[in-house]
Amino acid sequence: MITYEWLYWLAGAFFAGWAVLSLRDGRIGNAAFWGVLAASFFLGSHLSDFANGVLVLALVAIAGVGAVKRSAPDTTTPEERAAFSARLGNRLFAPALIVPVTAVAGTLLYNYTPLSDTGLFAPRRETLILFGIGVLLALAAAMVWLRPPLLAPAEEGRRLIDSIGWAAILPQMLAALGAVFALAGVGDIIGGLAGGVIPQGSVFLTVVVFALGMALFTIIMGNAFAAFPVMAAAIGIPLLVETYGGNPAVIGAVGMLAGFCGTLLTPMAANFNIVPAALLELKDQNAVIRQQVGTAIPLLVCNIVIIYVGAFLLWN
Amino acid sequence: MNYWPLLGIALVVIGFALRFNPLLVVVGAAVATGLLASLDVVAVVEALGKAFNDNRYISVTWIILPVIGLLERYGLQQRARTLIEGMRGATMGRLLVIYLGFRQITAALGMKDIGGHPQAVRPLVAPMAEAAAEKSHGALPDDEREQVLAMAAATDNVGLFFGEDIFFAIASILLIQGVFESAGYPLTPLQLSVWAIPTAICAFIIHGWRITALDRRLGRRSGQLSGSARP
Repeated sequence: MITYEWLYWLAGAFFAGWAVLSLRDGRIGNAAFWGVLAASFFLGSHLSDFANGVLVLALVAIAGVGAVKRSAPDTTTPEERAAFSARLGNRLFAPALIVPVTAVAGTLLYNYTPLSDTGLFAPRRETLILFGIGVLLALAAAMVWLRPPLLAPAEEGRRLIDSIGWAAILPQMLAALGAVFALAGVGDIIGGLAGGVIPQGSVFLTVVVFALGMALFTIIMGNAFAAFPVMAAAIGIPLLVETYGGNPAVIGAVGMLAGFCGTLLTPMAANFNIVPAALLELKDQNAVIRQQVGTAIPLLVCNIVIIYVGAFLLWN
Repeated sequence: MNYWPLLGIALVVIGFALRFNPLLVVVGAAVATGLLASLDVVAVVEALGKAFNDNRYISVTWIILPVIGLLERYGLQQRARTLIEGMRGATMGRLLVIYLGFRQITAALGMKDIGGHPQAVRPLVAPMAEAAAEKSHGALPDDEREQVLAMAAATDNVGLFFGEDIFFAIASILLIQGVFESAGYPLTPLQLSVWAIPTAICAFIIHGWRITALDRRLGRRSGQLSGSARP
């Protein structure tokens, strides 16, 4: 049976490759960061919880002192790219499409045919495993078609992962924070408090508080990912899912999108809202946010309605 | 009841708002929350290690980068630009509405780095939107020119945010999965990502309507100035 452990070895190999290439490039900080992450992927299942915790602290320490930096591996020039683009045309999109097609078509095929009886994939893990297979197929197709130097995919991948830097593990770290919140009983505490504030049994009002909370925390923090474990632990899981029996998939997915409405409204999300105003040399640094208000607010209302209808009216 | 663990939430909010390194903020908040819930230091490190380890699948998504990087080496971004340039001659409203749909669809297929402010909006979408608006409505006063450029940037954001979550192998979807799984609710990525579709449709309708409304508003103004609806 193929499990996530296979994926962890695959991803571990990618991270280890980036660590080696960083070392060769003289970027010690990047090499250390991707190396420790590779160790977590290869060994995590066999290490004690404490040892895994030490790896986490090491990653945070390396990132915290600013040791993970952008890199500039050799790549093609803009002129060469324009020439390739003209020659290869829209076929360039094809290898990228292999990934979602493999994952989605594979999942449907696996779940709606007798294939699922083979137990080839661990339960509920098939889509992400098929995503990994899709990536390998796409890489193979692109290598055969484009015939780049052998190390090109690794170096191009390093160019992109180093531009993301330590932020690459932020979502995983935030999910871990959510787990620590759950362990510390944060959900129970807030569930108790909110139960006293929100009129008993008002599902709709609770949905409104959840979605507004996602948007508001995102506005303050500039990051919907960070708001999510907080609001899920506070209201999403204890009240909407457990007390009122809502559909967890809708509450999670659309709750996050309610947070994205907050991202449209905040100067804290500088990359999306402030940097473009500067790039476009606008006089008002909040000009982009001003154009987004009229979309974000009605869309937040839509999200509230979608959660209420999808997670409660259609579900129960 | 011991309310002190709530301080961890406050630490996340304050830490992000003060722009400390987010990884430091998150780990600091996790450690503080654990200690305030009367776990000892070793137990907190263990809890953090176990939770991080259990959620490794979220970071598996990065293995797509060599594919995208390789295609960029052979001109993927340039190809996307050529497609956008093919829209030259359209009105500002039509141009931005089609760009909105293009950005949503490519992001939903896992190509969220096609487009973006430095790569596409600044060199291409914004100047094309401005030129299209001037062609229909004549020279734009400064404030209207700013509105058109800002709307181009806003369209890129809306298209990305409300397209990317339809792609299942993306950090936000797997973060949702991780948080719910830790709480005892196992979900699959596709179960979550299909629920991004209704919001994506609403976003297209609402933002598309607002783009055309801006185009109409510029039209009314230029109509008043020149005495005719079209120059």
